[in-house]
Amino acid sequence: MDYGRSERPAGAAPLPTAIKILIAGGFGVGKTTMVGAVSETRPLRTEEVLTETGIGIDDLSGVEAKSTTTVAMDFGRITLSDDLVLYLFGTPGQDRFWFVWDELALGALGAVVLADTRRLADCFPSIDYFEGRGTPFVVAVNCFEGARQFRLDEVQAALDLDPGVPVVLCDARQRESAKEVLITLLEHAMKLRETRRRAAGD
Amino acid sequence: MTGRGEPAEHEWVDDHAGPVVRPYAVTGGRARPVTGTFDLISLVTATRTEVGSESGLGPEHVAIVGLCQRIQSVAEIAAHLDLPVGTVRVLLGDLAARSLVQVREPRATAAGLPDEHVFEAVINGLRAL
Repeated sequence: MDYGRSERPAGAAPLPTAIKILIAGGFGVGKTTMVGAVSETRPLRTEEVLTETGIGIDDLSGVEAKSTTTVAMDFGRITLSDDLVLYLFGTPGQDRFWFVWDELALGALGAVVLADTRRLADCFPSIDYFEGRGTPFVVAVNCFEGARQFRLDEVQAALDLDPGVPVVLCDARQRESAKEVLITLLEHAMKLRETRRRAAGD
Repeated sequence: MTGRGEPAEHEWVDDHAGPVVRPYAVTGGRARPVTGTFDLISLVTATRTEVGSESGLGPEHVAIVGLCQRIQSVAEIAAHLDLPVGTVRVLLGDLAARSLVQVREPRATAAGLPDEHVFEAVINGLRAL
């Protein structure tokens, strides 16, 4: 069939569905490493420019005498099938950019909170954020060399997590390990949906 | 399938040169798109293989049409063109208003997450990687 020189037939090839998962955690914990380990290309970087008149200006206190500020996000893509594309977004490390987090979290299937046992407190803001928002999340302890090995239940207690929140060990550099973390998250998110649906009585 | 890499328009800019044109100059000072919302993961595809001498279109518009011969998310377009997301949204609005791009917003919205079968499809897709 001839569709003409340069016009594409409308609806002949429906666009895939895009979905996203967030990778959060403190600075230097391995978010971009994990994005890169499981994505089909090296991580890309995108930037949001926040201006003085922008939303969330209150969050910019501490950025003295600067009319605009740039928030960078690293992300990767995994084409799962012809009609499903998964994007992984590393959340901006600076906790004051909640405005960007809100945009990222909207519609996300869930979040991975990466933790480093040497600096466990660094992931508190991420956990607080996802708990407050009701976003399903798992905690993945990135196994850095030289870090003391904690038992997972110790980490769970130290983070004061709800008993249902999975805590797993991972190596953010390893594709298989990163995949397992994502699958754990998705299974947890499905379970949570079912629980919430039952609680809502439908 | 088009080749990877930077669009030709940007090749003469060296890494240390910084932006040659300030982001809002690219959009003529506009901060909001004329149409559409453009989530970071909205998927965009060009409806034509090229755009000719359409009036009012800048080199960045043309670059987006070139890039979107293959399906790209808004975030990917911004990353590949090295432009802030807000700027890309404005440019995409111009293109959508001229029907030069087709946009698919993500199914997940404030109203709710994707269906159960999407979760299952993602799990199966990841296992198959």
